Amino acid sequence: MAEAAILREGKAKKSFLDELREMVPAGNLSLCLTCGLCSSGCPATGLEDMDPRKFLRMLVLGMDEEVLKSDWPWMCTMCQRCVYVCPMKIDIPSMIFNIRASRPRDQRPKGIRNSCDVAVASDTCSAMGTPVEDFKFVVNDVLEEYRAAQPEFADMEAPIDKAGAEFFINQNSREPMTEPDEMVPLWKILHLAKVDWTYGSKAWAAENYCLFLADNESWETLVRKKAAMADELDCKTYLNTE
Amino acid sequence: MTFAVRAGLKKFNVAHNFETKNIYEYYGKWIREGRLKPNSDWNKDLKIKFTVQDPCQIVRKSFGDAIADEFRYAIKQCIGEENLVEMIPNKSNNYCCGGGGGFLQSGFREQRLAYGKIKDEQIKASGATYCIAGCHNCHAQIHELSHHYGGNYHVVHFWTILALSLGILGPNERTYLGDDLREVNVFHPETAL
Ligand code: SF4
Ligand code: SF4
Repeated sequence: MAEAAILREGKAKKSFLDELREMVPAGNLSLCLTCGLCSSGCPATGLEDMDPRKFLRMLVLGMDEEVLKSDWPWMCTMCQRCVYVCPMKIDIPSMIFNIRASRPRDQRPKGIRNSCDVAVASDTCSAMGTPVEDFKFVVNDVLEEYRAAQPEFADMEAPIDKAGAEFFINQNSREPMTEPDEMVPLWKILHLAKVDWTYGSKAWAAENYCLFLADNESWETLVRKKAAMADELDCKTYLNTE
Repeated sequence: MTFAVRAGLKKFNVAHNFETKNIYEYYGKWIREGRLKPNSDWNKDLKIKFTVQDPCQIVRKSFGDAIADEFRYAIKQCIGEENLVEMIPNKSNNYCCGGGGGFLQSGFREQRLAYGKIKDEQIKASGATYCIAGCHNCHAQIHELSHHYGGNYHVVHFWTILALSLGILGPNERTYLGDDLREVNVFHPETAL
């Protein structure tokens, strides 16, 4: 099938599919039975006149240009439902990730790119760019307010940088930044269950848009920052709240 | 996001000394251990129906059906077993809501809403007035689907429902509850803003 690409280019050039095969060896891209199970259970089927089976066929046929031009890879959510139902376990979402990555970074969707860039530039990994001091202020401010208003929780804590805590808990930026009262039920639950937990002053943000942007380097940067913070505090468990 | 951390640690070979987990499995654990004692009596007569969105990145892509089952155990303790109505299919075979993968930030709104139509229909078919969605992308997307397609179901985090069932949910912690639950089991009602 690489021949199509070779013919089209008029010279021996690796097709995009060959490159993908190297990137996703487990993907078994050419084992597709064209059964269509992936497409029939994919909510992105029909968008941009595309579906996962068709997309795969186009790649196998060497229609690289059309594939690379399409916005459909940004409408596949990489949810893996197609892999779950595929008899050959063909990893379409990995392929989508690599196709996203092959688009020049400045041409990838701006909203995702900005969220990734802001997170990478922030000590807190927050896609909203929340500074360390703002986070500390909001947490302590809300905590004090509720300790006073609900005396049963007068000794409730929302620790930041508590070394040796069992759980390192992350939090989506949306809560501290836009709806801080939403953090309180979680704190109260942790308090009642006597859970030994902490936030990190740095790298507490749960979101990670760099994965969606298919920017490996930035994704890695964020994961390393988060892991370093949890390890620095010597926490046994990194507990995701989302 | 659970998946970004778990998959990232593996993909980039990041040395670390901790386990990566999601709180969905701990709610049930803490209830079983008697550390949390939710009570579903508030819903005995109200019979408010809840369904649950299994976030792809937590269930199918990370911990499988086991965490979805554990989460349901916790939910049932809070709302009463008979008030949990399932979407079909669910758990590891669930449909993505369309909020994942960066879709919410990509600018393709019309396509995102079209993608989410399956989810909207699933929720409507379940007959639930509330959808529990722990992942923020799911939360935002399903919230928008409810308005856009006129289903008018509510989307809540589980911590809201657990706190309600523990009798510790104050009046200002109810942003995502509908009028039917605004006045139910209110902790320190005098602090309402
Ligand atoms: S489900 Fe798998 S084998 Fe069937 S068409 Fe899709 S990718 Fe090919
Ligand atoms: S991963 Fe993409 S192609 Fe596969 S089912 Fe999900 S949206 Fe469809």
